[in-house]
Amino acid sequence: MSVHLQIFVQLLQSASECVLVLLAAGTGFRERLSSLLLFEHYNTRIVLLGATLLGLAAGLVGCFTLLRRRALVGDALSHATLPGVGLAFLLAPLMGFDGSSRLVLLAGAAASGIAGAVAILFIRSLPRLKEDAALGIVLSVFFGAGVALLTVVQQVPAGRAAGLDRYIFGQTASMTAADARLIALTAALVALLIGLNFRSLTLLCFDEGYAAARGYSISLLDLLLMSLVVLITMIGLQAVGLILMIAMLVIPAAAARFWTNRLWVMLLISGLIGGLSGFFGALLSALFADLPSGAVIVLTCGVLFFGSLLLGRERGVLVRSMRRSELAAAIDREHLLRGIWELRESAGEESASESDRRAAGFEELLNLRSWSAGRLRAQIRKASAEGLVWLNSLGAVELTRRGVMEAERLVHHHRLWELYLITHADVAASRVDREADAIEHVLEPELIARLEELLLQRQRGSAIPASPHDIAGAAVQQSVAAVQEDRRK
Amino acid sequence: MTDALSWTWHYDGVILLTGILCAVAASLPGNFLVLRRTSLLGDAVSHAVLPGIAAAFLLTHSRTGPILFAGAVVAGLLTALLTELIRDIGSVDEGASTGVVFTTLFAAGLVLIVQAADSVDLDPGCVLYGALEDSPLQTFRMGGLELPRVTLTLAAVLLLNLVFVLLFFKELLISSFDPGLATTGGYNARLVHYLLMVIVAITAVASFEAAGNILVVAMFIVPPSAALLLTTRLSHMIWISAGIAATAAVMGHFSALILPRWAGYRSISTAGMMTLCVGLLFLAAALLSPSAGVLTGWVRRVRLSLRILCEDLLALLYRIEERSGAREISTIASVEELSRKLLCGRRMLIVAGWIQARQGRLTREGDILKLTDTGRREAALLVRSHRLWESYLVTEGVGRGRIHRQAETLEHYTSEGLRSRLDTGLPDGTLDPHGSPIPGEHDFRSPPDA
Repeated sequence: MSVHLQIFVQLLQSASECVLVLLAAGTGFRERLSSLLLFEHYNTRIVLLGATLLGLAAGLVGCFTLLRRRALVGDALSHATLPGVGLAFLLAPLMGFDGSSRLVLLAGAAASGIAGAVAILFIRSLPRLKEDAALGIVLSVFFGAGVALLTVVQQVPAGRAAGLDRYIFGQTASMTAADARLIALTAALVALLIGLNFRSLTLLCFDEGYAAARGYSISLLDLLLMSLVVLITMIGLQAVGLILMIAMLVIPAAAARFWTNRLWVMLLISGLIGGLSGFFGALLSALFADLPSGAVIVLTCGVLFFGSLLLGRERGVLVRSMRRSELAAAIDREHLLRGIWELRESAGEESASESDRRAAGFEELLNLRSWSAGRLRAQIRKASAEGLVWLNSLGAVELTRRGVMEAERLVHHHRLWELYLITHADVAASRVDREADAIEHVLEPELIARLEELLLQRQRGSAIPASPHDIAGAAVQQSVAAVQEDRRK
Repeated sequence: MTDALSWTWHYDGVILLTGILCAVAASLPGNFLVLRRTSLLGDAVSHAVLPGIAAAFLLTHSRTGPILFAGAVVAGLLTALLTELIRDIGSVDEGASTGVVFTTLFAAGLVLIVQAADSVDLDPGCVLYGALEDSPLQTFRMGGLELPRVTLTLAAVLLLNLVFVLLFFKELLISSFDPGLATTGGYNARLVHYLLMVIVAITAVASFEAAGNILVVAMFIVPPSAALLLTTRLSHMIWISAGIAATAAVMGHFSALILPRWAGYRSISTAGMMTLCVGLLFLAAALLSPSAGVLTGWVRRVRLSLRILCEDLLALLYRIEERSGAREISTIASVEELSRKLLCGRRMLIVAGWIQARQGRLTREGDILKLTDTGRREAALLVRSHRLWESYLVTEGVGRGRIHRQAETLEHYTSEGLRSRLDTGLPDGTLDPHGSPIPGEHDFRSPPDA
C-alpha cells in the first residue's frame, strides 16, 4: 500500500512541477502565453489558467495560516476588503481618479484588508478575547460596513455598471485575459514573498517564542502573513467570489496536512491540490452549462480533502487506524508470550515434564486479560506463524525455544520497570503491574540497559528478577478454580 | 424632528422592533459561542444553511414555511456535527475543519439553487444582505389585525432563546468553562453543546429573512465580546450584551435614516448600519472599559508616572537644598537641570511642576522652582522613606550598590505605619548607609541656614 502512496505522491510532485513551469511561462514569456491562449476556446483557457494559478497561490498561503492555527483568517480578511472597495469607489472621484478603474478599487481593497489585519492584532491584544472573537468581530463589522457602503454605491449612476457586487459572488466564467494576467503576477509575487521569508514564516508557525527570542517581531510577521492573505484575496475575490476564496485558502492546506510532516512538501501538495481543483472545477463548469464554476471548484476541493482525509500518507484516517491496530497487535503478542511464561512460572518447578513448564491452556490465557476469544485466537495463530508458539498434542499453547527467549526478554523488561517503580518512584507493589503494563511495550534498549545497571547489581546471578508481587495470572487462576469448584457443588 | 426623519410608527417602528429583536435574540446564545471560543461557528452555520434551504425549496416550491425552516436548521446542525467529526477523526484544527465544512456546504447549496433557478427567484443575495426595510411589508392577518410576519417570528425566537438561557444557565455555565467538570457533575456537556447549536441554527435561520446574515453573525459575536471586556461575571455579561445589541439596533436605524440625507443619497442598508454601530460600541468598550480598556489603561499609567514624577521632583529639590545647606540659594533649580536629573521630558516636568505649584508645594518664578514649607515637609517624608528603606535593605544584607534603586521604587508606596515599623527595626535611626541624616516623622527640622 505504501508503495502505491509513494507513486501517488511522486505523481503529485511531478504534476506540481508542471504547474510551476506553466506559472513561469505565464509571467516570464507573455508572448508565448498569449499565443497559447489565442486558440479556439480562448475564454475557457483563460478561465482554466486563472483558476489554476489562483488555487495554487492560495494553497501556498493557506499552509502558513493553517499552521499558525488561524485557518479562518482568510474568512475574516476577505470580508474586510469589501468596505475598501466601496469607499474607494465613492472617494476616488473627489481626489480626481476614476472610481471604477480596477487599480483604484484594488488599492481600496488592499487598504481596508490591511486595516482588518491590524484590527485583528489589536483585538487579540485585549484581555479575555481570543483568536476566534478577533476574527469574527473583524469579519462581521467590516462586512456590515461594506454592505452599507454598497447600498450607497448602487445609487450612484456609475455604481451599478462598475459591478461591485461581483466582489461578493464572483463570476469565474467571465474572467478576462487581464484578470488572468493579474492573477499570474500575484501568484508569482506571493511565491516570491514566501520564498524570501520562508525561514521567518516557518518560525512564526512552529515556535513563536523562539522567533521572538531570535529578535523577530511577531506582530510584524503576523502582519506579513496577513498581507499575503489580503494580496491573494483582493485579486481572487473579483474573479471567483468570497466563499470560493475562503475555501481556497483553507481546504488545500488542510488536505495537504494529511500527506506529510514536512513543510516544503506540504506547500507543494497544497499548491497542487489548489491548482488541481481550480483546473478541474473550471473544466467541469465549462462542460456543463448549469454548474456555477466557483461552487464546483469548492466542491472539487472538498472531494480532494475527503480523499486526503481517508488516504493521507502521514495523518490520514486509514493510515492512523492501521498504525493503531498494528500497535495493538504488537501489544497483544507481548501479552500472550509473557502470559504463558508467567503462568508456568507460578506453577513452579514440580511440574512433570519440561513441555508442561512452557505451555498454557486456552482457557487460562483467556481469563488472564480482558481480551475476546477471537482476538486471542488470532494472536495465537499469528505467533505460531512467527514460530514463537505451537499447539501441542494436549491442545495447550506451548512456547517454542525462540518463544521462550522472547518471553524471557519481555518478562525481564516488565519486572525491571516494576522494580524501578517500587524502588525509585514509590509506587505501591499492588499497583506496579498495571503501570508497568502500560509502558513495557515502548521501552528502548538503552533504557533497559540503564535500568539493569541501576537495579540488578545485587542480583547478577539470575537473568530474570522475581516478580515483586503476586502474579496476576496465578491469582486469577486460583479464583477461576474457586468459581469452578463452586459450580460443581 | 419627526418630519425631518420622516418617521412613521407603523413603518419605522416595525423595522426598529425587528432589528432589536434580531440583535437581542442573537446576542443571548452568542455569549456562549464567544466563551467556548467557537465564535465563527455562527458565521459557518449561517452560510451552511443554504443547501438545507435549497433542498427544502426543491421539495416544497415555497419560499417560506416550516419545511424550509426545518431544512435550514438541519443543515445548520449538520455543520456543527461535521465540523466536530472532521476535527476528531482527522485531528484537524477546529478553525480549519469549520472552514472546510461550511464552504463545501455553501457551494453545494449554490449548485442546488442554480438547478432550481429556472423556476424560482431564490436569490442568494437576499440571504446575505437581508432586507430589514421590507419587514413591515410582509404581513399576515390574525384576529383582524395586520401583523408583520418576520417580526413575530423573531419575537418567538427571542422568547425561545431567553427560556433556553434561563433554564440551562447552570449547565451552560459549567459546560462552557469546564466541560470535564460538567461531565463528572452528571451533566451531559455534549448534549448542552448540541442544544446550543440547535438554538444558534434556529436564530440564524429566523434572522435571515428579516435581516440577512451579516446582522445576525455580528450580533452573535460582537456584543458578547464587548460585554466580556466590561465584566467577568456571566450573568452580567449576558444582560450587558443584550443591552449593547439593542442599543446598536436603535443607533443603527436612526443613523440609517439620517446619514444618507446629509451626504445626498437616498438610503443605506439598515442592517449594515446596525452592524457598523455595534462595531463602534465594541471599539468604545475596548478603549474605555474600566478594567480592560486600552485608553483607561493608558490614562492610569500616565497618572501613575506623573504622581511618581511629582514626588521625585519634591525629593530632588529637598536634596539639592540639603546638599548646599542654604535655603535661599539651594531651593532654586532650573527646569533644564531638573529634567536632566529626573530623566524625564521637559513637558512632563512642567506639568508636574504646575500640579505641585497648584497644590502649594512649590512656587515658580520663570524657570526657577522653590519649595514651600508644605512642600518641604512632604519631601522630607519621602526622603525619610527612601533612607529608611536603604538602611533596612543594608541590614537585610543587600549590597550597598543596589539599595538606592530599590529604595527609589519603594519610597512611593510607603505609608506612615510602615515607616515607623522600619524605624523601630533599625539599630541606628539617625544616619542612612550613605551617611545622610534621616528626617524625622513629626519633628520636622528646617534645614540649617547659611
